[in-house]
Amino acid sequence: MTKKNKSLTLNFGPQHPAAHGVLRLILELDGEVVEKADPHIGLLHRGTEKLIEHKTYMQALPYFDRLDYVAPMNQEHAFTLATEKLLNISVPERAQYIRVIFCEIGRILSHILNVTTQALDVGALTPSLWGFEERETLMTFYERASGSRLHANYFRTGGVHQDLPQKLIDDIGGFCKTFPKIIDDLEGLLTDNRIFKQRNVEIGIVSKQEALDHSFSGVMLRGSGVAWDLRKSQPYECYEKLNFKIPIGKNGDCFDRYLCRIEEMRESVKIIIQCISQMPKGIIKSVDGKISPPSRKDLKDSMEALIHHFKLFTEGFRVPAGEVYTAVEAPKGEFGVYLISDGSNKPYRCKIRAPGFSHLQAMDYLIRGHMLADVPAVLGSLDIVFGEVDR
Amino acid sequence: MDFKLKDIEQLVNSELTSKVKKTSIVFNELLIETSGEDLINVINFLKSHDKLKFRQLIDIAGVDYPEDEKRFKLIYLLLSHEKNIRIKISINFEIGKKISTITKVYPSANWMEREVFDMYGIEFNDHPDLRRILTDYNFEGYPLRKDFPLTGFNEVRYSEKEKKVIYEPVKLEQNYRDFDFESPWEGTQYIKELTEKNSDDKKK
Repeated sequence: MTKKNKSLTLNFGPQHPAAHGVLRLILELDGEVVEKADPHIGLLHRGTEKLIEHKTYMQALPYFDRLDYVAPMNQEHAFTLATEKLLNISVPERAQYIRVIFCEIGRILSHILNVTTQALDVGALTPSLWGFEERETLMTFYERASGSRLHANYFRTGGVHQDLPQKLIDDIGGFCKTFPKIIDDLEGLLTDNRIFKQRNVEIGIVSKQEALDHSFSGVMLRGSGVAWDLRKSQPYECYEKLNFKIPIGKNGDCFDRYLCRIEEMRESVKIIIQCISQMPKGIIKSVDGKISPPSRKDLKDSMEALIHHFKLFTEGFRVPAGEVYTAVEAPKGEFGVYLISDGSNKPYRCKIRAPGFSHLQAMDYLIRGHMLADVPAVLGSLDIVFGEVDR
Repeated sequence: MDFKLKDIEQLVNSELTSKVKKTSIVFNELLIETSGEDLINVINFLKSHDKLKFRQLIDIAGVDYPEDEKRFKLIYLLLSHEKNIRIKISINFEIGKKISTITKVYPSANWMEREVFDMYGIEFNDHPDLRRILTDYNFEGYPLRKDFPLTGFNEVRYSEKEKKVIYEPVKLEQNYRDFDFESPWEGTQYIKELTEKNSDDKKK
């Protein structure tokens, strides 16, 4: 009886600055030690999967920006790859490179946010001020390519929406030259910082076996020493032609995951530089008029283009019946789309596999026996974004 | 990749024989159809077999086919890091049937099964903690079933009068209109031809 009286239930969130969104955690505490954590999710549930069933393939795409809104284009990528697989079409080479450039920009966007806010959670304010400036630059690239900073809606089945202007490509190249210095600065603030290390080293340790059991992917898996990255092991787009390394952690604690993210940013910069130099000229989307809409110019003087345009924006294109699963290496882990088509113009079912969902599930096991103050540190290193967890 | 998948298909068919209803390879993805009763055995076999080692559960996807007698379908996606292969296992069953949980094989199935329960009302035997997960507290109905309306039944707002958040039936100025834009013509011949052409190109 006396033991029972000691345990205290604490409600963490749903509005808490360190919860990275709308997470409600019911914590059972024994003094300052967490005995049990029960995450309540779904406070940002918008029924994305249901909505997609009622939209054409082109209309469904913007919903993917709103999942992991920190790296929007990576999500779009998984969906377009799924429809392309069902339609059995290939993507022009230039479009592949453009996609990879923006996916890697997304990865940097996400990792900057994660690394700096994790630092913020454990008491360091400066990294986030420095990092967000860079994020703003990157989001300007998003805006210049797609017209919006966050919800890009830029990828299309069979390619991307528009070609990149040369000036933008040059500016992205310029960013790649200056950005490594910023990573060095961030590292200077954090990597050898005594307080940051005290808060992260040997906190939230995940062993190899546990990482597999809990369906971890991405940095959560690599931080524990599993050499697994979909860009290498199941390459999609032009990743095969690119030369990059996959950082692997050793101890599987919060600090290793932080180091992995820092290294991944450096690798992403290398990938972007390679893409820019290798990128060929040419078309940027499928030339099939039944799938990609005609250009504005064609619309003025071609009847066929006009009909295609009308059909595409009312009926949309039809996708042959079938079921496919495609996954991409999103910044947070394996982001997958299980798409079922019944041959009509709308998906019959679109199951979204969000990496954060499995990661957050492990919260209970990760935090057990840790101090209350470690909750934000572990949560930060899980890299949770509620857009994708709640869907 | 093709060769490997065919090997696994053969292996699964010869070792599990009657437990497997059908296997197929479409779009380079291997699908094993089984029944709810045999699911655990099939999954255990795939996880523990030395040549397969499907040690990670990626996701569980539910699907609803209201016209069919066996209305629901669950698809389990597994991944083997060692062998770098993916596999899909599907089961079909009628409404009201309970499926045995796989949380003992894969701990991460916990939330995935909760999500399926939440969205489709499919119950799992011996699940440690079968509660709703994504929908609101006190939510009723199963949103991803095809007979659940897109607009839902209840909406939430803050009432100035009562000074609190209240739930009330959905009131729309205009009903949600699900336009059927599909043309009645079988106009997809073109796409079919293109598909064939593409696959020919790939073979070359």
